Amino acid sequence: MSVLPVLDVVLASLVIGVALFTITARDLFASVVGYVAYGLLLAFVWIRLYAPDVALTEAAVGSGVTGVLLITAGKRLGALKNAAPEMRPGLSLKILTGALAALVAGALGTAILMLPDPPPSLAPEAAAAASGAGAGLENPITAVLMSYRSFDTMLEKIVLILAVVGVWSVGADKAWGRAPAPLRQSRPYAPMVLLARTLAPVGVLIGIHIFWTGADAPGGAFQGGALLAAMWMVTMMARLAGPPRIDAQWLRMAMVAGPAVFLVTGLAGGVLAGSFFAYPPGIAKPIILAIEAFMVLSIATALPMLVVGPPSERPDQ
Amino acid sequence: MTTLLQLFSVAAISAGAFFFFAGTVGLLRFPDSLTRLHALTKADNLGLGLVVLGLLPRAENTLSALKLLVIWALVLLSGASTAQLIGRALRRGRK
Repeated sequence: MSVLPVLDVVLASLVIGVALFTITARDLFASVVGYVAYGLLLAFVWIRLYAPDVALTEAAVGSGVTGVLLITAGKRLGALKNAAPEMRPGLSLKILTGALAALVAGALGTAILMLPDPPPSLAPEAAAAASGAGAGLENPITAVLMSYRSFDTMLEKIVLILAVVGVWSVGADKAWGRAPAPLRQSRPYAPMVLLARTLAPVGVLIGIHIFWTGADAPGGAFQGGALLAAMWMVTMMARLAGPPRIDAQWLRMAMVAGPAVFLVTGLAGGVLAGSFFAYPPGIAKPIILAIEAFMVLSIATALPMLVVGPPSERPDQ
Repeated sequence: MTTLLQLFSVAAISAGAFFFFAGTVGLLRFPDSLTRLHALTKADNLGLGLVVLGLLPRAENTLSALKLLVIWALVLLSGASTAQLIGRALRRGRK
């Protein structure tokens, strides 16, 4: 009967083992692969903790999108190393980095060990507020994200846009407004094209489904948006589509749409429903779904823009 | 009838688990990357297929049964494509 605790212990040791591998791997690429495996295992941990929403996000963003981001970053680092070989960090810098990382881990560990029992929790308050707002959502996670802490959710999306602006500003002055370099330099490769052509339509459908079902079941804007972003990246990797110019009006509108609609709705709530970010009771659910739809759009455009990187100096193709 | 279905379910999931086990052994023991890739795709395609087949009688309704089949189809598609991509990368690396 007691097979689940054993499996949990195995899972926990696997997570720690893969984390150690990720840190100690000599090869950058191996380390990134370890990180992706670590993210997938962590998704299982969230499932075991009965948090399927977090598990979905971890698998899609923590493992998937971050994995692609790290692999492309690793490639660029490799190219940089070839250009300037004497750029390795010195011993003192390595020790300092290690000490800082150990300090952060130690502080986190102490904080967790020193938690009172039972730990302080906002969960009952959040659940009460989410259901009290008459949101009409079956999924309490989405209710908390969009009603109880809606301001935080909006700010998270703004952080995402700031990150894209940061990536863009790394590009050279001459390249400003141009398109980022394509993800793969080579010619289109037939199996990749087939994968993109078959997977992308299905993936887009599943992404929209995950966003839509997020109102009543595990899922939501971020998970659905991340899936749509992945499908756009797959089509770009297959060279079926190139990265757009970063001064394209539609791109910037799509990225800003989520937070902008969120903010306007929040301000309107101050006039119509009595307080900032309050939704009029009765029509709260359609309003939340509308905001989420625009946030999906923002996430689905911002994440691929992070991956393709700064605008390229080469003329557009 | 239900006992038969139960038996079928257990048998299919066990067979699937065996394929995953065999695939993992192959992944660890085979000599080079191409044969390891072969072992891995067998585990993905057949192992997951059999597990899905065994889970079908246990599905709550037709919709979740269909979802299981779609998951298998997606894994088949991505498994076959990534095997091609890794295989090409290996061939290029050798030259």
